[in-house]
Amino acid sequence: MTNSTNTNQMITARGLSKTFHSKGQRVEAVAAVDLSVGEGELVAFLGPNGAGKSTTLRMLTTLLPPTSGEATVAGCDIRRDPAGVRRRIGYVGQGSSGGHTQRVRDELHAQGMFYGLGRRESRARATELIESLELGQVANRQVQSLSGGQKRRLDIALGLIHRPELLFLDEPSTGLDPHSRANLWEHIVDLRRETGTTIFLTTHYLDEADQLAERVMVMDHGSVIADDTARALKSSLAGDRVTLTLGSATDAAAAAARIGGEVAGVGGVGGVGDLVVTATADDGARALPRWIRELSDAGIDVVAATHREPTLDDVFLALTGRSLRDEAATPTPAAA
Amino acid sequence: MNTITTAARTATHDTPAAASVRQTGFVHDTATVFVRESRPLVRDPFSVMFSLVQPLIFLGLFGPLLVGAAGGDVAGTLQWFVPGILVMVALFGTASTGANLLFEMQTGSHERTLVAPVSRSALLIGRALKEVVPLVIQGTIVVVVAVPFGFRLDVPGLVAGLAILAVFGIGFGALSYTLALACRNRDWMFWMVHQTLLFPLMILSGMLLPLEDGPAWMRVAAAVNPLSYLVGAERALLAGDFGAPVVLGGLIAAAVTCAIGIVVGVRAMRRAR
Repeated sequence: MTNSTNTNQMITARGLSKTFHSKGQRVEAVAAVDLSVGEGELVAFLGPNGAGKSTTLRMLTTLLPPTSGEATVAGCDIRRDPAGVRRRIGYVGQGSSGGHTQRVRDELHAQGMFYGLGRRESRARATELIESLELGQVANRQVQSLSGGQKRRLDIALGLIHRPELLFLDEPSTGLDPHSRANLWEHIVDLRRETGTTIFLTTHYLDEADQLAERVMVMDHGSVIADDTARALKSSLAGDRVTLTLGSATDAAAAAARIGGEVAGVGGVGGVGDLVVTATADDGARALPRWIRELSDAGIDVVAATHREPTLDDVFLALTGRSLRDEAATPTPAAA
Repeated sequence: MNTITTAARTATHDTPAAASVRQTGFVHDTATVFVRESRPLVRDPFSVMFSLVQPLIFLGLFGPLLVGAAGGDVAGTLQWFVPGILVMVALFGTASTGANLLFEMQTGSHERTLVAPVSRSALLIGRALKEVVPLVIQGTIVVVVAVPFGFRLDVPGLVAGLAILAVFGIGFGALSYTLALACRNRDWMFWMVHQTLLFPLMILSGMLLPLEDGPAWMRVAAAVNPLSYLVGAERALLAGDFGAPVVLGGLIAAAVTCAIGIVVGVRAMRRAR
């Protein structure tokens, strides 16, 4: 399933849970999550707002004590040795982590001192990171005067000051314009290629998880409901989407019945409109001509036909019956 | 510890040697926080004027009224009024400092320091200690401004007076940070508590008008207000009277405020998420 079995584990969690109490109500934000991330992996944690992604991340980064369960992060137990975890991990939270009246270079220097790098090394690291994250133009400016993309690059630089072996990124590209997003990802991919840093990130951008992560963990209602490569998730859970347009409503109904009942390799049939039939197939490219031929033999003319590969949203839909796009559009306030 | 983690890396990655992350102590961390907090002030010294505006307005607009009402001479009134303004500087400057932390909690900057291997106590104490810097600068400015108008400056008295105010400021700043930690995302609550407490504390300290002529309940309130002891001590010290019993009272009030502020603040910071 994953390539993590024969490498060192960077994160292991067993039965990790977090229960909040608010206004007399018990909210189980994270319910007995098991997870493991191997050294050098890039894992995306995908799920709608309020699914428990950030809460899980906050437990793994020692910001929040778990209600129950245990976890080892970078070789240290999150309960017994939080200081050890903190020394080894880098964390980029959802917010902007530079002090707004601080200058970029000063903030990087202070961050180095926080990690005990000493004055000289802090200064050297600050200079290195300013260069590699293209912050040279703004190094002596106050954080509050930076653009969204520049702030985010500073956040990444702050998270990397001590060259952590494991980097947590919580919604790293949320709120950025497409250009800044692409630029940020270039930096993250470069970092990984150059240092082999293990990266564990949360996102609700499906395309990001799909294109960049080697492994996708899908979380919903506090539980991990799927954990595999994006390709495996899509082929095992979603299948290709095939759309046929027919000449009349009668033909559409007949085609739907025929595809649903008689044609092999159909994952499911769902009508979109009067003239349109949608279905899933294991291999859409091969299914399409066969279906058209079979329908034609039965006297049903197909007017138009398309197929597309599934997205992670289709995976989420198959797993939960809900679309992640709708969920992302209406954030739930329960997320902590 | 770094040797272990480096050795644990697989040979496939051409990893640069991990930065030398060293375990740091409380004093190192406190110094780092102090330096970080002081930097914006060093970079932009004029920002020290921000919280000085209000005390200077009181000095310039309330002072003359006081002279008129009391019927005394300007120099004599200033001798009584300037020490009160110094306490006001300490009060106004440190009371709102929690707003900085509140802002950093909202942006994510504070969370970043919580994930760093920094002592929680240092996060509070370093911030509180920084309050001394603007306080001493502002206090000195107020006195220097008053001198041309006839205020008689006793330098040892001023140094001692500022030292006591610094001790108080550390404690009151710590309390302001505690309030910020307690309010978290509700900054309206921070400002509500701030406004509700600030003016009663100021008026009931006798820094603007003497309370001797006020009703009995006001004098009782003043007796439990640490600021009234500070005001008394500052008036004695700035007149060069080191031996006055009120000096001891002010010192105790400052020390108690400082101790309570640090204890409560460190507890709040340790519990902060």
